[in-house]
Amino acid sequence: MAIWFRDEWPWYVAGPLIGLFVPALLITGNRLFGISSNLRHLCSAIVPSRVEFFRYDWKKAGLWNLVFLTGVLIGGFLASHVGTVHNIAISGETRVALGRLGIHDFSGLAPHELFNWGALLTLRGFVSVVVGGFLVGFGTAYAGGCTSGHAISGLANFELPSLIAVFGFFAGGLAATYLILPFLLGGV
Amino acid sequence: MTTASLAEIDGCGAGSSEQDVNRPALLLVYLLLGIAFGIVLTRSEVVSWFRIQEMFRFQSFRMYGIIGSAIATAAASVALIKRIKLKAISGDIIEIPRKELGSGVRYAVGGTIFGLGWALTGACPGPLFALIGNGVSVMIAAVLSALAGTWVYGWLRPRLPH
Repeated sequence: MAIWFRDEWPWYVAGPLIGLFVPALLITGNRLFGISSNLRHLCSAIVPSRVEFFRYDWKKAGLWNLVFLTGVLIGGFLASHVGTVHNIAISGETRVALGRLGIHDFSGLAPHELFNWGALLTLRGFVSVVVGGFLVGFGTAYAGGCTSGHAISGLANFELPSLIAVFGFFAGGLAATYLILPFLLGGV
Repeated sequence: MTTASLAEIDGCGAGSSEQDVNRPALLLVYLLLGIAFGIVLTRSEVVSWFRIQEMFRFQSFRMYGIIGSAIATAAASVALIKRIKLKAISGDIIEIPRKELGSGVRYAVGGTIFGLGWALTGACPGPLFALIGNGVSVMIAAVLSALAGTWVYGWLRPRLPH
């Protein structure tokens, strides 16, 4: 039992478990697994304004998903309070590469150098959190899905649009990793 | 908005009324599933900026193994559900609406923009929320910014190629 709380789950346990959320949501209420629609539902609920994209019955289309999302937040909280906290055991190569970019604190889930409130006032913190967040929101809305909706639900249903989107995810991710991060972090 | 376009948003049991689709018992199941998902995301470490960097640098098989086996599991489940024509607990017939390809521009360009944000924040939308639960409170700012991004997309939508 202890292994469930002590260490990171191996990929062949974590992956299939994540995949099972697709049938679980279909079987519960014919719902498609996809997290990013929640950003649209929240906009629709809070500031629909006169924008046509946000003028729909968000409670009917998305209350279930907002409830699911609330669960994700609670689940993260529970997981962080059960079991031991340890450093993420990334490969030595990645440590060296990140060290060259000035990332030296490997405790926690994300580097403290970039992800704390004070760092928002630095260029690298602001770009990582605020600009990054904006691109996540804009990009997922434009593409009509994120890792869950396109990479998992979409590819599982053999959707060509999702395959194009996933190529885009990686093109963008590689560009940010190899072109933006070296300038942004630049061995500070 | 028509039921067809509602289905496009969340693949819903669009034929039912709001009271039907939001029965408290059903919402409780979604809450519990969400909690389970938040735990899985955290314990599998896919919420970690470090793991995302390791993935984009091709320095570990781990994330590829996770995403690949997740897709395989989901695909096998979907194929089985279609084959035995399973009905949902809510009574709805399980149907997955096809995504419209159009010119494909929205998927290529939108996908690339999301990819940039994914690598910068080290998190996709699910993990952003799981991270807040994990106490990385600055991700509240990332979520607010993501909402702004989604809103700006909605506003610009009529002028963007799709």
